[in-house]
Amino acid sequence: MATKASRSAARLMLAPAVILLLGWMLVPLTMTLIFSFQRYLPLRGGFQGWIGFENYTRFVTSSAFWPSVQATLFIVGGVLLITVMLGILLAILLDQPMWGQGIVRILVIAPFFVMPTVSGLVWKNMFMDPNNGLLSHLWRFFGADPIIWLSDASMASIILIVSWQWLPFATLILLTAIQSLDSEQIEAAEMDGASALSRFWHIILPHLARAITIVILIQTIFLLAIFAEIFVTTQGSFGTRTLTYLIYQRVLESQNVGLGSAGGIYAVILANIFALFLMRIVGKNLDR
Amino acid sequence: MGRIVLEQVTKSFGDVTVIPPLDLTIEDGEFTVFVGPSGCGKSTLLRLIAGLEDVTSGAIRIDGTDATSIPPAKRGLAMVFQSYALYPHMTVRKNIAFPLRMAGMDKAEQDRRVEQAADVLNLTDYLDRRPGQLSGGQRQRVAIGRAIVREPSAFLFDEPLSNLDAALRVGMRLEISEMHNRLKTTMIYVTHDQVEAMTMADKIVVLHAGRIEQVGSPLELYRAPKNTFVAGFIGSPKMNLITGAAARQHDAHTIGIRPEHMSVSASEGTWSGVVGVSEHLGSDTFFHVHDTGLAETITVRVDGEISFKHGDRIYLTPRADVIHRFDDKGDRLS
Repeated sequence: MATKASRSAARLMLAPAVILLLGWMLVPLTMTLIFSFQRYLPLRGGFQGWIGFENYTRFVTSSAFWPSVQATLFIVGGVLLITVMLGILLAILLDQPMWGQGIVRILVIAPFFVMPTVSGLVWKNMFMDPNNGLLSHLWRFFGADPIIWLSDASMASIILIVSWQWLPFATLILLTAIQSLDSEQIEAAEMDGASALSRFWHIILPHLARAITIVILIQTIFLLAIFAEIFVTTQGSFGTRTLTYLIYQRVLESQNVGLGSAGGIYAVILANIFALFLMRIVGKNLDR
Repeated sequence: MGRIVLEQVTKSFGDVTVIPPLDLTIEDGEFTVFVGPSGCGKSTLLRLIAGLEDVTSGAIRIDGTDATSIPPAKRGLAMVFQSYALYPHMTVRKNIAFPLRMAGMDKAEQDRRVEQAADVLNLTDYLDRRPGQLSGGQRQRVAIGRAIVREPSAFLFDEPLSNLDAALRVGMRLEISEMHNRLKTTMIYVTHDQVEAMTMADKIVVLHAGRIEQVGSPLELYRAPKNTFVAGFIGSPKMNLITGAAARQHDAHTIGIRPEHMSVSASEGTWSGVVGVSEHLGSDTFFHVHDTGLAETITVRVDGEISFKHGDRIYLTPRADVIHRFDDKGDRLS
């Protein structure tokens, strides 16, 4: 795109896509903003006037707010920790030459293709069911009392389900990163007397730093909004009510669109704080 | 100390034998160059010595001890890789100190050795930079620095100059030769460039398809190549290898005459031909001569002042005392 004419032609051709995307984003955001300043209860009288910031103060001062933020952060943090650590381990294992490599790699990626609702239901009914679940059979086989996963260890269960879903993503990105490591660097480290563990610590891990930050960034954005896994399992009970789920309850269960919208705006702000923070880290990592 | 002996060493990858049984002795303090065309197994041989590949059979002795199954780090050798293999996230200082740190040396001694190496290699001003901020030649020096600080019994170089531009290559060639004169440590240097081999080596090992074709000093190889492969590989421009009637006159299947061992005349000589391409280097000129009645195009090297044009008829006379004679298997006839 060297000439002036070709540059303006490019802008013209980009315009429809940009305008569409902008509309797609701006219209819902603006509507949420408008609703958040209204007292709006669709099934109980509809629009009942402008009330300023009342929805916002009500949402934050509700006893459910801080626990929900905590639950959200806990789930995001737990899933990130598990997926990144196991992802690195799996990526290193999958990088080793072995028989049936292609099939194993596809199998590892498979959970990512399962829809969140389906995977939530599969885990709930086939693994975590206190009577018929595989896990309870396993517990009984060893003579232990089965854990009632979704009520007694609700948070751990949700983290487990979501981690299982996101592990393939982390593994895939980290595997490609490991494959891009110059084998001569590893050999040089070997000649320099580094043990397998120090090679991992001093060469492989720093090489993966960039990929890890990207995994964290992308996963955080998606994990802040997980919903289906909670909806089909605990329904937000037993301390698994995340911010997203709280907003859902305010809008659909309490039928209070105004209050839910205010919560939505809080979620947007929270996500943006995260994104800004993470982008800084990624930016610093990409500078090198 | 660094005397390296290979005894009946072989290497196969699956069914493919890369190195058939091979014996070689590298004396302490010697600058040995492995040279050969790409795919001849010279890098594999170096990696076997380094321990980065396992030998299929045979033994490698370093200073008398059997090192065949000793891991690379314990062999006391240091290697400089073709891609330099610097650690991109570490500063130059940390890169050079890495082997010392892995050896668990105390911090003060590490610093002292790094400073010393940096001083020798003119890297003092760059110690706190990352490899990404350095030029090719500087990275090369860091890689050498990382090798020097370990005070190895031998240095292994795997085509270290092939990523540098021509001018820098000549400079680094000199620096490595000077380093060898100063340290007097055994060095094994792999290259496909016969000029590097000729200029740097105490001993050249010419490899072809995993076999050693000839071992000797640069001048031995130049003066008395054992076979047509070595004859064609060593020397630039390549030796003229002539078969047919001209060779039979000398009771040989093939005769070889180096381009610099022929005299050129405009009026008389053994062979007459027509000048094709002429390459002017200033100091010398290479003429490619066609239509001499021989099957091969003859290259001749003359003084830069002599000028013939494309299409001129010239006469060539080989110097009788430096005609190399080879039999039908390509081996030298004495």
